[in-house]
Amino acid sequence: MQKLLSDLELGHDARIIKVNGSGAVRRRMIDMGIVPGMEIRMVRYAPLGDPIEIKLKGCHLSLRKEEAETVLVEEIGGAVNEAK
Amino acid sequence: MKPNKLNIALAGNPNSGKTTLFNALTGARQHVGNYPGVTVEKKEGRLRYKDFDINIIDLPGTYGLTAYSPDELVARNVLIEEDLDLVVNVVDASNLERNLYLTMQLKELEIPMILVANMADYAEANGVYIDYELLAKLLGFPVIRVVATKGEGIEELLDTVIKGEVKVNLQKAVRYSMEIEEAIIRIEKHLNPSLEDGAATDERTLPFAQYPSRWLAIKLLEYDKEAWKKVEATPYTYELLKQAETEQTYFKNNLGDDLENLIAEGRYAYIRGATQEAVKVTETNKISTTEKIDNILLHRFFGLPIFLFIMWSLFQLTFALGNPMVEWLEDIVAESSVAVGNALPPGLLNSLLADGIIGGVGGVLVFLPVILLLFLGIAILEASGYMSRAAFLMDKIMHKVGLHGKSFVPMLIGFGCSIPAIMATRTLENPKDRLVTMLVTPLMSCGAKLPVYTLLIAAFFPNEIAGNILFSIYLIGIILALVMAKLFRTWLVPGESEPFVMELPVYRTPKVKSVLIQMWERAFLYLRKAGTIILAFSIVIWALFTFPMVDVNGMEYANPSEQMENSYAGRLGKTIEPVLAPIGFDWKTGVALVAGFAAKEIVVSTMGTLYSMSDTDSLLEGEEKQVKSFAQMTREQSGFTPLTAYVLMLFTLIYVPCMATIAVIKNETNSWRWPAFTIGYTVTLAWIISFVAYRGGLLLGLGI
Repeated sequence: MQKLLSDLELGHDARIIKVNGSGAVRRRMIDMGIVPGMEIRMVRYAPLGDPIEIKLKGCHLSLRKEEAETVLVEEIGGAVNEAK
Repeated sequence: MKPNKLNIALAGNPNSGKTTLFNALTGARQHVGNYPGVTVEKKEGRLRYKDFDINIIDLPGTYGLTAYSPDELVARNVLIEEDLDLVVNVVDASNLERNLYLTMQLKELEIPMILVANMADYAEANGVYIDYELLAKLLGFPVIRVVATKGEGIEELLDTVIKGEVKVNLQKAVRYSMEIEEAIIRIEKHLNPSLEDGAATDERTLPFAQYPSRWLAIKLLEYDKEAWKKVEATPYTYELLKQAETEQTYFKNNLGDDLENLIAEGRYAYIRGATQEAVKVTETNKISTTEKIDNILLHRFFGLPIFLFIMWSLFQLTFALGNPMVEWLEDIVAESSVAVGNALPPGLLNSLLADGIIGGVGGVLVFLPVILLLFLGIAILEASGYMSRAAFLMDKIMHKVGLHGKSFVPMLIGFGCSIPAIMATRTLENPKDRLVTMLVTPLMSCGAKLPVYTLLIAAFFPNEIAGNILFSIYLIGIILALVMAKLFRTWLVPGESEPFVMELPVYRTPKVKSVLIQMWERAFLYLRKAGTIILAFSIVIWALFTFPMVDVNGMEYANPSEQMENSYAGRLGKTIEPVLAPIGFDWKTGVALVAGFAAKEIVVSTMGTLYSMSDTDSLLEGEEKQVKSFAQMTREQSGFTPLTAYVLMLFTLIYVPCMATIAVIKNETNSWRWPAFTIGYTVTLAWIISFVAYRGGLLLGLGI
């Protein structure tokens, strides 16, 4: 099921389909490995609800929800048990 | 290659351990400066190895080489413009795929390169195994296993560096899809018409000799702003740029995505190809230590309280350890001032040295222990990896006022002292965010303003509300800082805010050497300022208070109070009295405020002198008897009311930061424009807020 990265639920895995947006934000995402084909996992929300933390290739990244809205992902598998 | 002399650059992502390697290679033989025109730190170091003199440039840590951030642009310009023999690209071995993206961009610059797979021990412990030989063969340059913290692999690296056998291997360049490759060739032909069959002479070649033509072609297709600007400014490039635009439109319309994305995907595809062959990853499902720590430190409920506790501890430690040292230094300064005063015959030189220079510069230098400890704390927080977590926790609030989560920590440090706070804004990548953070940080009430508050509160307010009064001053400072940040970010330096896309690096135990080097670098920059700008300010302020020494008849004044009244500073105070009258201050307060530019705590001692107090030193130490007499004197002589006292506290909170802060802002922004602006806006704001408070207070009948 395709959805925006910002809507991905906690502990769920997804594959990146497309990175929309433009300019510095998109460029930074590309430099950090947020490109089509990469698999990511939603790790947590910050205590105030924004930004979010994702895991990509064993590395932890944070981005704001408004930035995550520019990334289209496809969910893979079910929820994985994230140890809390 | 020059015989026995090598010039190399270190490039790599932040958190790749690049600085650790740089420190391991050069030790203390480092030089820190700034790149011309920008406030990006330029670090260079020297190393002697087997008859070779090696100069190492430590480039800013970056994820890419685009034109979007000053750090990346600086790194890129060094790579293109400096005469480099080699680039050493440091990558995090456990994070190869992502780190190699920068490597691909370095590779396109066609400079001989060595890849350092750093922190290999950590990678291996986490199930990542690299076939170094195979990876080197696939990428076309040497790959060396290094553990910089333990010194493993450094000798092999240096041997490879001095052997001079590393060459650019164009056969192994990143290959893109056929469509992109064809587009690159079409652009290259415009750049270098001699590539065309039977083409013209070399005179038609465009003057971009310092850039590899394939690199420039790719940059134009990616619509890289800097490259585009440079080409646009060159004659006879109309056709070329038109071609590039045609390609961009074609790809967008026919291949579903724009070229910038497609080229990036091409690089990642190339990386994936290489790493799939040469890197074996044993998936471990165990939760890493970093994840365990983050489950606590970034916890939904406990994350923020823990963060605040860490910040609180930083302050407690800094001041608990620092204050005794500050007091000790204050004694030394006072003693040497007296010693110099006694050693020299009375006169101008004596007064200049004892009061002006030792008193002025010394008064700023005594804070060095506190500043060093704060720098040490910041360096540890940065090196451990917690700093980006702090930004993660606070970003929502900071983003609301147009800033970045990383702005929070410098602003918080502003409660201690504005100097390390302003220097701590170096962690901000976006120059606009950084500037605004610097401009509003002085509104966070610093430690030196506290004596002013405590004295005025003790003198004018009953004990029961003293705490609330003090708290309200701090709170007003925070609110003003946030409001001004929002205003500045909206009107003064509008523009896209810094993306928050960033790495939450693996937690590491900070290395003593790295932390101390960083602390020392910052402290050294501060000390150098103390010797120049602060010295100059001290002399000017001393002169304002010292001259003229005699009245119109050539007679000396009866007492210090009268002398001060007739000095230039005193006259200045009287000149500005009409401006201060609407907010309830007389000329004496004006003089005290002028003196406060040297350091805020001087406001109180100057008032003491003006009101002919006997012992102003004990006043600063807050001795009860003196505080009482201070209140009495002020009441009797100035008609101060609690309202006036409160307004004076407000004014002290907001108006001009001290001269040391101004000097640091000048240093960090590389111009006098922003320190001047800071003085202008803070004085205006102080007056407006004081006016509102004073007049409002009078209306409410508080001015009794």
